[in-house]
Amino acid sequence: MKFAGLIVMPAGFFLSIAALVLFPGAAPRTAFILCALAVEVVGLIVAVRGHMENRESDAGDSR
Amino acid sequence: MTPASGTPSLSDSVIVLNLLLLLLAPLAIAGVALVNVGLGRSRSAAQALLGNMVIVATALIGFALVGSTLAGNIDGPGHILHLAGKPWNWLGEGPLLLKGIGNASVEAQLEILFEFLAVAMASIIPWGSGADRLRLSAGCAIAAVLSALVFPVLAHWVWAGGWLAQLGINFGAGAGFLDPAGAGTVHLLGGLSALAVVWIAGSRRGKFPKEGFATAMPGHNAVYILFGCLIALVGWLGFNLAGASLWLRAPLAALPVTALNTLLTAAGALAATYTVTRVRFGKPDASLCANGWLAGLVASSASAAVVSPVPALLIGIAAGIVTPLLVEALELAVTIDDPSGAITVHAAGALVGLIAAGLFAPQPGQFIAQLVGIATILGLFLPLVYLLFKVLDRFIPFRVDQDGERIGMDLHELGGGAYPEFVIHRDDSYR
Repeated sequence: MKFAGLIVMPAGFFLSIAALVLFPGAAPRTAFILCALAVEVVGLIVAVRGHMENRESDAGDSR
Repeated sequence: MTPASGTPSLSDSVIVLNLLLLLLAPLAIAGVALVNVGLGRSRSAAQALLGNMVIVATALIGFALVGSTLAGNIDGPGHILHLAGKPWNWLGEGPLLLKGIGNASVEAQLEILFEFLAVAMASIIPWGSGADRLRLSAGCAIAAVLSALVFPVLAHWVWAGGWLAQLGINFGAGAGFLDPAGAGTVHLLGGLSALAVVWIAGSRRGKFPKEGFATAMPGHNAVYILFGCLIALVGWLGFNLAGASLWLRAPLAALPVTALNTLLTAAGALAATYTVTRVRFGKPDASLCANGWLAGLVASSASAAVVSPVPALLIGIAAGIVTPLLVEALELAVTIDDPSGAITVHAAGALVGLIAAGLFAPQPGQFIAQLVGIATILGLFLPLVYLLFKVLDRFIPFRVDQDGERIGMDLHELGGGAYPEFVIHRDDSYR
């Protein structure tokens, strides 16, 4: 689950790059980049949820 | 942030000033190191401080051997990708092993020196989060990866004429990504690396028992923590002023206001954290106040050179309110064991400063540039460092074994404690 969240996060980065290239106007560009950041935040939340599910072991990813 | 070529040169007096400021900057590293040690346990204090030193050494060597080549410098060549009709300068092409650095311009030498100090700072941030369970060899390996591979790429993008620095020229986004003293390049990257380290190393044993609330494991020396904050202020003044002069080419007349803004941001943050902790707990909390102070300094790294004094104070207040609330939320709600509070202080503080710089900077389109910079560091570098650290953990296990954690990192890794005359009591958290 943690990996799933972390895989989503680069998508937000590429969306922000796409916004720079596709939208010359300030308003749509800002809105698109904010959406890109929202995608990253969703990915981060999923990764954090994955961390919380591992809490039972009380000791990290691999132990 | 700055054009890739034709950067104005500095006058002799400004060069001397920059050199003096950069000589102050290591105090920021020393301050953060002291805070890290104080917030850890007494049985790991010597290992923690020695760890900070060897990590700084590893980072400096890693950056000298590999990183400086990838980082390049403002007027130097870079690898450019042409996409959508725009040049994307994505990697530096500096001389191998600092060859010919002595013959480079004084400005280039100062910029390299700044990057050396910045990479040392970035590398010690995850160490604080892994306190009391991270092995020395793991700390060095993390520093090597950060200094040789990760930090140089970001430093090139932000400082050395990379594509983030040129967002203004290529896409009309303000003056490009503004980060003169490393809020994003150093602290956001360091804070996210700290998060990756905590995820991989896990929490200290007994921190989150299967039943009940998280176990309180307070720092062992409030004097170290608070004195570290005062020392860090001096170093931060050096970083912020040198960063403004080197990366923004701020005139001499603008530097006193930058210093004033640094002080106001830190003061606002401390006042806000003091108030929040006093309201929440009935008394101000020393370690959270220290975290608030540092978060204000981190926020000032992005904003001090580009805003006026009143916004600087407001930025500090915002950082100071966020810090204690997020430290508490990460520990109690999200079960992240971050002894030094580095994730909050460095990552969240940097986010506050970077966003505020976009809101308060005078250039139109600056907010967009800041958002793209944040999206880049968060969306690209957090997954990258997690992946790299995960692979690294296979070869050099991050976490000490259970026995080492029980007897303390000092005895386990160094064979002797920081306070040999103290009696170490049994720890009730090991149930």
